[in-house]
Amino acid sequence: MAILLSRRSNLLAVVVLLLCQLFLYATVSSSGSVLKQGGGEEFSEELLLKPFPDRKVLAHFHFQSRAPHSSSHGRHHHLFPKAIAQLVKKFRVKEMELSFTQGRWRYEQWGGFDPLSSNNAKPPGVELWAVFDVPQSLVDVYWRNLTHTLSGLFCASINFLESSTTYSAPELTFKPSFGNLRYGTLPREAVCTENLTPWLKLLPCRDKAGLSALMDRPSIYRGFYHSQRLRLTSSESGSDEVDSGIGLDQTLTVVLQPSSWRTGKTYSVETNIQPSWSISSIFGRNIPGKCVIAKSSNVYLQLDNGLVGELKNLERENAKYVANTFESEGFQSNHAFKISVTPDKVFEEVDNLHGKSTSVIYGFSVEKYSDSQPFDLGLTWKIPVVWSCQQAPLHASRFLMGSGNERGAIAISLEPTESSEGLPTSHIIDGRCELRVDIFQVVPWYIKVYFHTLQVFVDKQPRAMADVVDKIRVSPSKDKVSPGVMEMILKLPCGSKSAAFSLEFDKGFLHIDEYPPDANQGFDIPSALISFPSFNARMNFSEDEFLNNSPILSKFQHALQRHHHYMHSICIVFWIIAQCASEAC
Amino acid sequence: MAETEVSKKRKRPIVRLAVLLLSHSVLVSVICCTAGVFGLLLLPVLAKNTYISENALMPGSASSMLSNQEVSEANKLIKELNNLHSNPLGATTESHGIIAKYMSNLGAQVNNHKFHPQLNQFHPLHFFSGPDSGVMQENSTRSLYGINTVGIIRAPRGDGKEAIVLVTPYNAVKGGVRETLSLGIAYSVFSLLTRVTWLAKDIIWLVADSQYGEYAPVAAWLRDYHTPAFSNLDSLNTETCHVGNNNFESKISYGIRRSGTMAAALVLGVAYGNENEDTLGIYAEASNGQMPNLDLINIVHYLAVHRQGLRVKVEQFHWLLNSKWVKSLGEVFESLGKMVKTLNPDWKLGISAADYVEGAATLASSLYHQALGVPTGPHGAFRDYQVDAITLEFSLRISFDRLDRRNDFLLHGGRLIEGVIRSVNNLLEKFHQSFFLYLLTSPSKFVSVGVYMIAFALLVAPLPVVAASLYAKTLDLNPTSEKDKSATSNELGSVLQSWKWLNSVKTVFVVHFWGATVSLLPYFISQIPDSDPTTNFSVWILLSILSLEILRWILVSPSSHIYGLPQGEWAILKSATISSFFIGLGLMSVINFATAEIGALLMVPMALMAHPLKLDVRGQSLRSILRMICNLVLGVISFPPATFFVFKGVIEGFSGIKAGDFWNWVESLWAWNSATYLYIGMVHLPCWVLCVQILLHPC
Repeated sequence: MAILLSRRSNLLAVVVLLLCQLFLYATVSSSGSVLKQGGGEEFSEELLLKPFPDRKVLAHFHFQSRAPHSSSHGRHHHLFPKAIAQLVKKFRVKEMELSFTQGRWRYEQWGGFDPLSSNNAKPPGVELWAVFDVPQSLVDVYWRNLTHTLSGLFCASINFLESSTTYSAPELTFKPSFGNLRYGTLPREAVCTENLTPWLKLLPCRDKAGLSALMDRPSIYRGFYHSQRLRLTSSESGSDEVDSGIGLDQTLTVVLQPSSWRTGKTYSVETNIQPSWSISSIFGRNIPGKCVIAKSSNVYLQLDNGLVGELKNLERENAKYVANTFESEGFQSNHAFKISVTPDKVFEEVDNLHGKSTSVIYGFSVEKYSDSQPFDLGLTWKIPVVWSCQQAPLHASRFLMGSGNERGAIAISLEPTESSEGLPTSHIIDGRCELRVDIFQVVPWYIKVYFHTLQVFVDKQPRAMADVVDKIRVSPSKDKVSPGVMEMILKLPCGSKSAAFSLEFDKGFLHIDEYPPDANQGFDIPSALISFPSFNARMNFSEDEFLNNSPILSKFQHALQRHHHYMHSICIVFWIIAQCASEAC
Repeated sequence: MAETEVSKKRKRPIVRLAVLLLSHSVLVSVICCTAGVFGLLLLPVLAKNTYISENALMPGSASSMLSNQEVSEANKLIKELNNLHSNPLGATTESHGIIAKYMSNLGAQVNNHKFHPQLNQFHPLHFFSGPDSGVMQENSTRSLYGINTVGIIRAPRGDGKEAIVLVTPYNAVKGGVRETLSLGIAYSVFSLLTRVTWLAKDIIWLVADSQYGEYAPVAAWLRDYHTPAFSNLDSLNTETCHVGNNNFESKISYGIRRSGTMAAALVLGVAYGNENEDTLGIYAEASNGQMPNLDLINIVHYLAVHRQGLRVKVEQFHWLLNSKWVKSLGEVFESLGKMVKTLNPDWKLGISAADYVEGAATLASSLYHQALGVPTGPHGAFRDYQVDAITLEFSLRISFDRLDRRNDFLLHGGRLIEGVIRSVNNLLEKFHQSFFLYLLTSPSKFVSVGVYMIAFALLVAPLPVVAASLYAKTLDLNPTSEKDKSATSNELGSVLQSWKWLNSVKTVFVVHFWGATVSLLPYFISQIPDSDPTTNFSVWILLSILSLEILRWILVSPSSHIYGLPQGEWAILKSATISSFFIGLGLMSVINFATAEIGALLMVPMALMAHPLKLDVRGQSLRSILRMICNLVLGVISFPPATFFVFKGVIEGFSGIKAGDFWNWVESLWAWNSATYLYIGMVHLPCWVLCVQILLHPC
């Protein structure tokens, strides 16, 4: 009897608890400000959609969590993931970025100049960099510990970055740093849902509600580009700015092919009509309302300036559509395309120096939608439109030269893109018009690069290094200890048609233990990074309170980002001495 | 001291074995040579069935996705290109425009590649050197150029480190239905691959402008892909131009676009077939007898036979198919095989006589093409960059005019290429699992290096034995000759006597030096303007004889022993000749095995048998007369031009032979940088001259 009673009392307790939780939940959902006040932590979610010229659609998810400095609230957080807070505290991380990427960002088709691509285009595999707030002698130790922690946190082999042969400390070109920055990449890391799940766990609503509910695994992994990123910034409590404390930006960038094109098999060669799509058709799901604890939950649709310019041209040609003017109607239902939902806001880029046309962003608030009435944005094209995205000033490619099992050369070639002709490509320094380009390249130790063989060609003519290279920092590789790092700051004369650099190397002779499994696959040289510091990747919008609350748009507007442009990794196949293990000998 | 005496008395077994071999050198050489030739003839019997060695390839495990829709799209392209041929004026640029338009409509990146054709020129120091961009460009003529069109599909989720290349030679001016059909096959596959999700490697489709031959455009493109010249002042590929008609106004760049390392390359061709079924010809030999990995041939064979129902053939010597002695040999082997089977049913040696003939004809052709060192198609250009490549040549049973037949053909061809690309796409590593050194005896049978090396080893094994035994014999002769001359000789004389071999070695060296000179002569002869091959050939022979005489006069006459020393002189000369020949063959077997094998077949008997004719005439026994006849016959046959003419006569009949043919043949060897040329000039010919010198030795 006593046992029965106690059971009943247990049940009662559970019921009471449940009721309490329900009540709490109700209060939370009725006013999101409860949690906001409790701790000053914030979470906001946003999604940016953008059609690309090559019939694909970009979807860029951005989740931002902020927490004030932890000392004021003890060790507990309401929204902010505890694992990240602990990590920041323990390893004294000042800034950190981790990205998992599958596929290549196609700079020529998807653009390389706007803030979106220069922030979110990442090299294939894993890239990690971190700035530590510790004395220089301790940085390596903290880096090693950080890699192990992240490895456990994200189910990835980031721990391989612990070895000193895999990471480097760029000083000139990557980011302004004072010796406490470490940079490492794993070009061959396979990226899969097992990396996404822990990343989603950091979100307060996971993928159960809000925008992240769209992340249907088969759809987002079917895309042409998939990059999942995590960026941390922490600042000391001393400053009383809004961004003091820890900021966590989680982004997922996917480039998808609207399915209508794939299944429809539109073979019509002549019509270049863009595929019509909607959120439900590209993800296979709808947005069931916002994540209740999010401060804001918005969806944006961006039409880049090339497209807007083209549409305006079309409009000018077709005089009969003059009534549908761009300014009055907000563009959302014109002769060229139709947006299924009326946008809440329309942002127009202003004062754009780069070209005649400006990009347009439509904002949609998800707050008024719910499970019964899900949000589904659709874009229907009516006429074929051809445009191109804004290109980076130079098109960079890196490739291997030569053949054979012993020697070769790494070549970097830079060619101006078409769009750069009309751009202010230069900064005038000492009366000379020059374009500054930074190149950062890490080469593993088993590829023995002879840095003295660096050859520079501008406009197909060999040039002395001093003419073109402003600053160069080389740290030669040490066998089995550290990789070779080359950082160059170039000043290319304006109007040059091409520039090329070549570096010769020998393939190192490896011991049989040093080959990875599947040795005949070859070794990857990590992606090189090229940046154009004299260009600011930013967009200007007319001042609006709304903008400051939106993480994506404020990133577009405020952050003075450098143009990062990755030259994708290349693979060098080594002559395998152990080949006789196979039967072919 | 005592120990050494004991060891001297009781020699180690290996030494005793060597002594035994040396003392029976004649028997050893007869047995080994016979066994070597027999081993070579036995190779078709010993051939194994091919099998797919790399598990990752998994050919045919996925069902084909290519459908009639792609084929009908390809038909549109074919029709549009065929319409162009009706008015050939300006067809060149327009056809490039059309192909580029079709490619870019599929979403591929397109660029044009302009190249200058290279004339076949002799570059004396160009053997074995890697492809070089600078030297080649200078010699090309500026006015002639061709344009390749290159389309690249980037793999959706791939990282762009690897690529698969598809090549279709296409002559915009003269190209007939044949070439547009191969374009059609490639286009249907290409259009499918732009939409598939499984692609892990980029696809490069090269439409090679074949108005200057099929090899040149591919080689030029590969050279610019791998070793671009950054500093070329008047480079071709700088300008961009508007390729266009009314439909297609987009800019096509002339800058080369790159993808990653090439995993494999397939060259497609279509031939007019006159056979009973649709067949697929595979050509694999690249320069200097290099072969692509056997797995590549295996997957093509597997997919063609088991999935698309095509008959696969590789090159054969058709004249061998009807030859009586091969047939009777096959019958002998068949009965032998049966006999062996009765002894032990597990030994599976027997093949039918018909199979043997087929195998022998294929093997001989395989051996010949490898030995020639001239690539059998555009795929040869890829091998220079360690890319596995083969040429696939489809041939149809009926004419291409019937649309239903054509669609069927496009579907089958396209599905085959799709399957091969899908297999290669699966590869994680480069091709390495299967064989690189092999001879084919049929599309599905091969002889690996481990087997065919035996025949060669047996053939050359007597060379060192005979050389050593000859030298040992002259050493034995020495004391007696010393006794004869003891009255006159002083100390210096005896020293000279023991260094007698130096003279012979000098002769051998001089003759080899002459061989190098002869190899260089065509470079100068080819500079003579307006000369036909026959005069070139005769000039070459005259100059060669002249230079031999001059060299002999300069270098040999002062010592004057060469005609002087009677006893054993020829034996030492023969010993030195054989040694140098052995070294030469050994080196050549590493560079190009097939050349060494054929060279050994021709020259080893002659080198072993060479014996002064005068001695044979004096001998007057049956043995010496037989030896004399053999020597004379071998001496004629193993002279390279004679070998060439006999071989040509056997294949094509003796009626149409001209003296200039040999010059043309040699010219092609040099133009293709074949190591066989070096072998003939610097190993084979000197050895022949030395052997002739032994035959004519005045003793």
